[in-house]
Amino acid sequence: MEKGKLEQYWRTNLAYLIGLLVVWFVVSYGFGILLAEPLNAITIGGFKLGFWFAQQGSIYVFVVLIFIYVMLMNKLDRKYDVHED
Amino acid sequence: MDVQAWTYLIVGITFALYIGIPVWARAGSTKEFYVAGAGVPPLANGMATAADWMSAASFISMAGLISFMGYDGSIYLMGWTGGYVLLALLLAPYLRKFGKFTVPDFVGDRYYSNAARTVAVICAIFVSFTYVAGQMRGVGVVFSRFLEVPINTGILIGMGIVFFYAVLGGMKGITYTQVAQYCVLIFAYLVPAVFISIMITGNPVPQIGFGGEVINGGGYLLDKLDGLHQELGFAAYTDGSKPMIDVFFITFALMVGTAGLPHVIVRFFTVPKVRDARISAGWALIFIALLYTTAPAIAAFARYNLIDTVNNKQYTELPSWFSTWEGTGLIAWMDKNEDGAVQYVKGNAFDGKPSFTGETGAVGQRMLSNEPVADNSNELYIDRDIMVLANPEIADLPDWVIALVAAGGLAAALSTAAGLLLVISTSVAHDLVKKQINPDISEKSEVLVARIAVAIATVIAGYFGINPPGFVAQVVAFAFGLAASSFFPVIILGIFYKKMNKEGAIAGMLAGIIFTAAYIIYFKFVNPAANTPDNWIMGISPEGIGTLGMLINFAVSFIVSKITPAPPEDIQELVDSLRYPKGAGDAAMH
Repeated sequence: MEKGKLEQYWRTNLAYLIGLLVVWFVVSYGFGILLAEPLNAITIGGFKLGFWFAQQGSIYVFVVLIFIYVMLMNKLDRKYDVHED
Repeated sequence: MDVQAWTYLIVGITFALYIGIPVWARAGSTKEFYVAGAGVPPLANGMATAADWMSAASFISMAGLISFMGYDGSIYLMGWTGGYVLLALLLAPYLRKFGKFTVPDFVGDRYYSNAARTVAVICAIFVSFTYVAGQMRGVGVVFSRFLEVPINTGILIGMGIVFFYAVLGGMKGITYTQVAQYCVLIFAYLVPAVFISIMITGNPVPQIGFGGEVINGGGYLLDKLDGLHQELGFAAYTDGSKPMIDVFFITFALMVGTAGLPHVIVRFFTVPKVRDARISAGWALIFIALLYTTAPAIAAFARYNLIDTVNNKQYTELPSWFSTWEGTGLIAWMDKNEDGAVQYVKGNAFDGKPSFTGETGAVGQRMLSNEPVADNSNELYIDRDIMVLANPEIADLPDWVIALVAAGGLAAALSTAAGLLLVISTSVAHDLVKKQINPDISEKSEVLVARIAVAIATVIAGYFGINPPGFVAQVVAFAFGLAASSFFPVIILGIFYKKMNKEGAIAGMLAGIIFTAAYIIYFKFVNPAANTPDNWIMGISPEGIGTLGMLINFAVSFIVSKITPAPPEDIQELVDSLRYPKGAGDAAMH
């Protein structure tokens, strides 16, 4: 594949990565650790929110992030015709 | 049928399965032996990865740990799951495109250097042995507790099973066996959790019941736990007591360490395509999350149940599981104030593990020869492993569930041990013998060398299981710290920074490893007495120092690469080719 197109493909990939990793960081280190205390003032059912993010919520978000990435990249691979088979 | 008979039956059936599968999935070529012929469907690969990842510690000890740590236990929950996001986004697809068999392969080729490859091989072997010794011990413990055979006999039986299916089936046999092991272990974990959740909160889904109200009134479970904790002098369950910076650094080191562990990474070499590598990380995390979101619920239920059932109750009126587990030495009670009731508050009742005198006391308790700790009124000793192991009895579940938990613990320990042993044998046969000592070796002899290496590694692992070095617990921090401070940066830079050269990579790996190892060795072995927050750099414990080691590695690699020659043109082209999936095809033969 020509160089310019490959670079475009790579830049889009990097943009996806940065976006998703920001969410990854915010839910775990942000909500689950750094902001856990203020968030604990909010409760949902029996859960304090900061505690919930640290022990449940961040894990759910991790799973969702991977599947979003897979979806985005499968689309991108097709668009730039770099997919397999 | 009693518990014993059920246990023999269920464990027997699962073992027959673990032996039958590799007979069906025998490995013939090196490619089948190292990476299962790169033909494993992503869903199956996800399950195998999950079973490989979740060890005896995840299955038996984690919920108990969280139970005693409360909020602080989140370091394990987030740390051991968040790494999969890094794997899926930053490592797996590119390493699959690279298409070789091992991490040292990548390091050696990308950095056009056998020195770099050798450093990577040594790290891979060290990390894997550290881990595997603990697994063998876990097998022995489960055997001795549930089948009442001596620990060492248990280890020998476990060794025999792993020996058989790893030597015969290689990665192919191991992968399909792990799929079966995942099913056994997750079923065994969820059944008691669901019943306990119903018992305490009336909700069959532990992840939701955990935030629900307790069934016998009195408000939300977590609020009640916080209240009980404060009453007894502990930190509130949902607050924790570790400093925030340490929680941050430990979580980060565990995440990055996970993404850098060779036995996890190798999993993504076994799928047919680049896009399969991405999604199988997703499947793996779903299967892992099923256990990891249940564990904190079990932790809270068990904690509540324990305090509620035991504290301030007369010994003679306690349910029968208390004396059952007292019999195994995992619970002990020292009636300091001689009132016949169990007082459970903050502090150790006595130092170390219980040593029983063999006599029974006034109300039938097992007497202890330990010196009581005088400055608190706590009378109870509880081993944290009990939280999962005793669950079925505490919830009054049928005997077959207890047997199932035994089979689950064994599945968790065996699957992890097998995966690690394979990494060790690949490192020896492929990275050392084939790549460095005798490049002309035929494929047939290479598989033979790999099989012999698995056999020897199993024997060594078994030896460490029978004679555990005292430092096993301490070296776990090592495994993650080393992976975080060496493998992770070197692979990331290899993919994302085209100009990274061998000088930068080697200097970075050495700086990261030496710093991290020195910090851990100093605080864990040289001067354990100084292992307190006041002496730590920025308040970071040895468990979390891998994060700082990683940052040092990144910084050193970057600076050194700037002042040394850029990598050759063909290496930069190799990096370009890693960045898009097309043409991955078959895992390349060498």
